[in-house]
Amino acid sequence: MSVPQSEFIQRDRGQHPPGFSPGYKTSTLRSPRLALWSLQNSLSEFTGPVFGREELGPLDHDLLLNYAKTGEPIGERTVVHGRVLDENGRGVPNTLVEVWQANAGGRYRHKNDTYLAPIDPNFGGCGRMITDETGAYAFRTVKPGAYPFRNHVNSWRPAHIHFSLSGSGFAQRLITQMYFEGDPLIPMDSIINTIPDPAARQRLVAPLDLNAAVPLDSLAYRFDIVLRGTRSTLFENKLQGN
Amino acid sequence: MTKLEYLPETPSQTAGPYVHIGLIPHQAGFDIFEKPFGNILAERNTKGERIRIEGRVLDGLGSPCKDILLEIWQANAAGRYNHPADGQTDKPLEPGFRGWGRTGTEFDTGLYRFDTVKPGPVIGRRGYKTMAPHVNVWLAARGINIGLATRMYFDDEAALNEEDPVLRMIEPAVRRQTLIARRENRDDGVVYVFDIRLQGENETVFFDV
Ligand SMILES: [Fe+3]
Repeated sequence: MSVPQSEFIQRDRGQHPPGFSPGYKTSTLRSPRLALWSLQNSLSEFTGPVFGREELGPLDHDLLLNYAKTGEPIGERTVVHGRVLDENGRGVPNTLVEVWQANAGGRYRHKNDTYLAPIDPNFGGCGRMITDETGAYAFRTVKPGAYPFRNHVNSWRPAHIHFSLSGSGFAQRLITQMYFEGDPLIPMDSIINTIPDPAARQRLVAPLDLNAAVPLDSLAYRFDIVLRGTRSTLFENKLQGN
Repeated sequence: MTKLEYLPETPSQTAGPYVHIGLIPHQAGFDIFEKPFGNILAERNTKGERIRIEGRVLDGLGSPCKDILLEIWQANAAGRYNHPADGQTDKPLEPGFRGWGRTGTEFDTGLYRFDTVKPGPVIGRRGYKTMAPHVNVWLAARGINIGLATRMYFDDEAALNEEDPVLRMIEPAVRRQTLIARRENRDDGVVYVFDIRLQGENETVFFDV
């Protein structure tokens, strides 16, 4: 367990999409209009839930097999791997990583998804794992398909995998999406374009990693994730007043 | 000159309309994991006053959002977090109580619920000024580009709330009310009602933590 003994580095909001992003229409009614209140970290922020490997099943991280009923899911067999680091460059060990995605046809196993591409009977579309001592994680899946969504009449999401990171403190909590190198839909995607900084957007695009591919079996993509780091507290203030 | 080498945080992205698949698959319509995470934090023998937290999440037009993911993180009834960085070793840990739960607002009613115990007061920042009992709340959804953090306090803790170092700093003071849940004694137990307003009139205070 990586134990933050001090507070997290102030979040650089310039790396993130603003809440109100008119190009992504749903955000207009769901974004606060008032400024966020800055809150110096207390125990409530730098502690967070601890998860154990024994809570996960042996196939929880294997999307090729964790919902297989009559065979394996259809699609490009793919390994996704990387490291969860903090802003100080240290691996974040023993942290919960959860992923979800559409099947190879771009359809989600979800009661609200009505896209006409078929459900794959052998694909659930979610997985979860805990990083090792160095912060590394890996899972197998099929590459998700692109799918349409009702932002503009002809809006398509590039292939992507949703990632949820628990971190070691509740203030590190992060949900993001990973995209695949070379996908021509990325530059016109309304969701990735909520992030104003092109360099920040680029960090969500996972490169093909032939070195990690399994010959005659699966291609591989590499996606490293950075969570907030802790501040150095070399000289503490005396606690007075307030 | 040495160049400072800090890595930038990975940018956030919306959890999207299908967040349930990954985080609460039962609500998406299927079961896959043997031990799914859920909204029941307290076991039968967990010490403390047993409570339910219930509410809705309202958008800028006051309509309930029916696809919100909520997570809570709280101390136990003695006021200690189940985490190695909580050094309040004078307070007991509660076996089997992680202090964390997750759920979604229901597709039909827009309500969310957690079954837990009421947390105790927690020592404040750097050991100073006790914080009134509170539950840390984090939410994500379609249309929310970066997770929103807030806190829920209890309306029957007026004296402690008055002294709480976080509530006290919020100006104008009337906005503090958006963080205070209303206690109701119902036939099936104690419920704290906590509605979250994402935008507009009585917008909930969200924190940059
Ligand atoms: Fe998606």
